[in-house]
Amino acid sequence: MEVVQIQRRLVDFTKSLFMEVIPSKKNKTGTLRHTNLLTKISVLCLICLVLLLLVVVDREKGLLDSQFLQLQQLQDESNPDFVVEVVSLFFDDSEKLLNELTIALDQPNVDFKKVDGYVHQLKGSSSSIGAQRVKNACVDFRNFCEVQNIEGCRTCLQQVKQECYLVKNKLETLFRLEQQIVASGGSIPMIEMDF
Amino acid sequence: MGMAADSEFHVLAVDDSIIDRKVIERLLKTSSYQVTTVDSGSKALEFLGLREDDGINPNTPSVSPNNHREVEVNLVITDYCMPGMTDYGLLKKIKESSSLKNIPVVIMSSENVPSRISRCLEEGAEEFLLKPVKLSDLKKLRPHMLRTKIKSHNGKQEPEELGMPDEKIGFPSPKQEEQQQQQPQSKNNKRKAMEEDVSPERTRPRLNGITTMV
Repeated sequence: MEVVQIQRRLVDFTKSLFMEVIPSKKNKTGTLRHTNLLTKISVLCLICLVLLLLVVVDREKGLLDSQFLQLQQLQDESNPDFVVEVVSLFFDDSEKLLNELTIALDQPNVDFKKVDGYVHQLKGSSSSIGAQRVKNACVDFRNFCEVQNIEGCRTCLQQVKQECYLVKNKLETLFRLEQQIVASGGSIPMIEMDF
Repeated sequence: MGMAADSEFHVLAVDDSIIDRKVIERLLKTSSYQVTTVDSGSKALEFLGLREDDGINPNTPSVSPNNHREVEVNLVITDYCMPGMTDYGLLKKIKESSSLKNIPVVIMSSENVPSRISRCLEEGAEEFLLKPVKLSDLKKLRPHMLRTKIKSHNGKQEPEELGMPDEKIGFPSPKQEEQQQQQPQSKNNKRKAMEEDVSPERTRPRLNGITTMV
């Protein structure tokens, strides 16, 4: 029962941070004082999760956008691993595409149409999982393809690789934290945000 | 009419991206539809019982008895461009086929290009959805599936109780008709046919000064 209350307060806390209202410290510390070890661990995990999400899910410059939340909403008891599965598909797919792009841009005569095709695919899949910065980097990349600017393309490829690496790291950490919460008997709070 | 009716609807989703296929499948299942996903236009046509090479002759589409679809497909939702088939090629093939043209087709695309959107609608698509597709977008699908189902089961039933837009009921004023020029060709023809049935009543010549009233 107590865990549920703590989870609810954390969700409210998360929301309030997006509304730029600073909650009173009293509530948080007061709650922590009267819990046992297990719930303390859950709470700490949840706080980490929330902080991670705050860094990760920012309206304009965040690593993720609302599409990621949409995916989380599609997950339920009958499909408990949906998000992990889709994201894993993205990791595999993006790795293949980035390899192809590296090869294609290394050619003496670069086939820009081919390159654009790969970037288009990557843009689509990153958009589908909510990997906002990857998608935006792909948009820039396509612009350079259109004008057949090889140096611009190569720079963009590095940028896209960087963004993929970044979002992969963050999401892997997120999933690990979720696993820890579930393993310690807690459940993942639904973070609802107003996009 | 209960919501359980939704599970009777079968949607065929076509997309070459495995990620998009997984997402659209989950979206559709969450909306209580039965789903089949395929990764190409040609596989979609195969599933629908239409062999691709026979689509060239629109008058005699080949629906082989062996390939005839056992499961009814109530809607096809497809990516705009996929390798192996020209842009909106699947849409065209479906609309050209006498056996499949009544199946509503919805196009998805990651690019918001107005000319693309209007072209798809002109070619007979019911909706154009921008990717990434959201759960709320799928609400637009049900009316199209309901309409087709009612048509096939009950002939021409007035779908008033479904809250269908007025274009299906009654007779358009000249102003409305202009706006509806943008509707797919088939709908325009339907309406004109309706109008022709009606107008004789109004333009019937008055014989010997007597107005004929029906």
